[in-house]
Amino acid sequence: MEKFLKPVEHAVAAEKFISDEARTNWHDETLWFVRAKRDKIVHKLPEWESLRELGSQIKNHALSNLDTYLLAFEKNAQANGVKVHWAADAKEHNEIILEIARKNNVKKIVKSKSMLTEECHLNPFLISKGIEVVDTDLGERIVQFRNEPPSHIVLPAIHLKKQDVSDTFHEHLHTEKGNNDPQYLTEAARQHLRNKFIEADLSITGVNFAVAETGGFVVCTNEGNADMGAHAAKIHIACMGFEKIIPKAEHLSVFLRLLTRSATGQPITTYSSHFHRPRKGQEMHIVIVDNGRSKQLGREDFRNSLKCIRCAACFNTCPVYRRSGGHSYHNATAGPIGSILNPNINMRENADLPFASTLCGSCTNVCPVKINIHEQLWKWRQVLTEEGYASSGKTAGMKGMAFVLSYPKVFRFAGKAGRWIIRMFPGLVNNTLNPWYKQREMPVAPKHSFRDWYIKNKKA
Amino acid sequence: MKKVSLFIPCYVDQFYPNIAVATYELLQKLGCEVDYPLNQTCCGQPLANSGFNGMTSACNKNFTENFKDADYVVCPSGSCALHIKEHLHDDANPAAAERIRNRVYELTEFLTDILKVKQLNVSFPHKVGMHISCHGQRGLHLSSMTELVSPEFSKPEQLLNMVKGLELSYPKRKDECCGFGGTFCVFEEAVSVKMGKDRLTEHEENNIEYITGGDVSCLMHLEGILRRQKSPVKIIHIAEILNS
Ligand code: SF4
Repeated sequence: MEKFLKPVEHAVAAEKFISDEARTNWHDETLWFVRAKRDKIVHKLPEWESLRELGSQIKNHALSNLDTYLLAFEKNAQANGVKVHWAADAKEHNEIILEIARKNNVKKIVKSKSMLTEECHLNPFLISKGIEVVDTDLGERIVQFRNEPPSHIVLPAIHLKKQDVSDTFHEHLHTEKGNNDPQYLTEAARQHLRNKFIEADLSITGVNFAVAETGGFVVCTNEGNADMGAHAAKIHIACMGFEKIIPKAEHLSVFLRLLTRSATGQPITTYSSHFHRPRKGQEMHIVIVDNGRSKQLGREDFRNSLKCIRCAACFNTCPVYRRSGGHSYHNATAGPIGSILNPNINMRENADLPFASTLCGSCTNVCPVKINIHEQLWKWRQVLTEEGYASSGKTAGMKGMAFVLSYPKVFRFAGKAGRWIIRMFPGLVNNTLNPWYKQREMPVAPKHSFRDWYIKNKKA
Repeated sequence: MKKVSLFIPCYVDQFYPNIAVATYELLQKLGCEVDYPLNQTCCGQPLANSGFNGMTSACNKNFTENFKDADYVVCPSGSCALHIKEHLHDDANPAAAERIRNRVYELTEFLTDILKVKQLNVSFPHKVGMHISCHGQRGLHLSSMTELVSPEFSKPEQLLNMVKGLELSYPKRKDECCGFGGTFCVFEEAVSVKMGKDRLTEHEENNIEYITGGDVSCLMHLEGILRRQKSPVKIIHIAEILNS
């Protein structure tokens, strides 16, 4: 199921993505279009920056009082007739779900978008146990057919063009070959999914916001697929990372305004569905998952990353993401936020990600809950290097540089020698082993440094 | 009279002495007393941004030594100035390091905020594209940012507007990163160059003769691509225009 069991370094995967330049341009422009839509709509709200501040503070407060709010949520949800489960990690999460399915003799599951279940690799797990799981979000269904992970947390199939979708549907849904009409393709998917909704015994959804005060939760979708699943099936399981908790129902107004403006540039999500209790004859479960979150909460410098409401604005604005594609981040959550969340889960496998950024800071600026993303990327670099995850070549190079820069005389000698070499033997630096030179000329080396000039010309 | 100590980043000293000379002459013309501490090397940013901030202590110490008495430390490159402002530390002399952190300025912010330059007697009758550098903009707040809902301003533009004959334009995505990113430019070569090429395409749509900016590193990266493409578009640092 997962194509990226063995992660390829971001830089290598990105280079491969870029080798199809026309597709890269299209990917870049499509996501920029979403960023531009976001700009347009947030600039219509004079209070946007204070709304962000408020969202950030509510999350901060919730994270600082997590135990209180989570327990309150559990109590209130139970009082509403919901069964609450706690999972320490991905494995427990998956097993809880399997157990519920087995107890009820479930063979078919429909699932609406949930990055947490991607993070836990729930689909391959259930499928290996003989249970059918169908993703009902259109984009998710497309990548599921193709046996690929989503490449974007809001637009999971954004790396694909109409043609790709048409080919995929032709293969799996027997649509007309070469028919790229979006309406035709969507209709085919709709008919296919209708049957899946009707057949399913169990529906899994994510959780966007869990309200401690009421024990209820909100699921946001633009397609209404979460509702279709949850309303048709006998059992509804909602999976949430524990950071999804907010204290009060009134806080929803802040986050619902922030979320979709940031995500797609819409004023509000098409369906913001509030779930409180199972309907008659239905079972409702909530699985609350840690999976490394408490570790991140304990890391002072990275704690803020748990405020994330998964709007993906930081993906759309990220100039590196737009040109390298989501799969190059080899994790369920890609982009700038993925690059600060994933090293927490596995430092070794994700040591490349905090370096997949120019630290331009645009992510921090668009983030609706004011996560200092680019500062955390910088800090992760320091942690990873201290923990020994830099290559030996890089470490040696940096040591050399540190030596040269520490002694003015050595620096001047090296500078002079370097300039001299560039002038006299350009071939030594202008070769393909020098990654700068691959597609760029080296700067022209002048005879004299500024220091030389200054000593000669300074006015007394 | 303001006393200014020039902080010329290592690669500017070595590869772009003209930009340093322009900075020096410009500050003198504007009535400053300018000196250049002779034993400076580098701010340490390439190390720190690569995750080796732990290796910068000797480099920091040297920097502090050179600039500890400065009234104003002025640098013609935003990202180096930002690095000093955010990360300069010296265990042997923490007070001196702090003093420097509070006195370091990028050139254009020094001109607008401290010298409060209101007019310049220069002309540069050319079509110029403005490249906004991320660290200067989002780090030092040299101009407003497209992501934020806040009033528009730009310190570099304010200065360029005083230059006679200069016709300024911006690329479509006004403040998108050019892809230089310090050692990112070599470790993520493919993305870095693609970002640079996209910047240049957008600038070229405005029929410009020059691209200017306040950060030499971004300009060096863009210049490298332009020269490889044998483009007639030239790179010029804002200090060179203001000193023309
Ligand atoms: S980090 Fe911020 S911008 Fe990125 S997905 Fe999360 S909430 Fe959205």
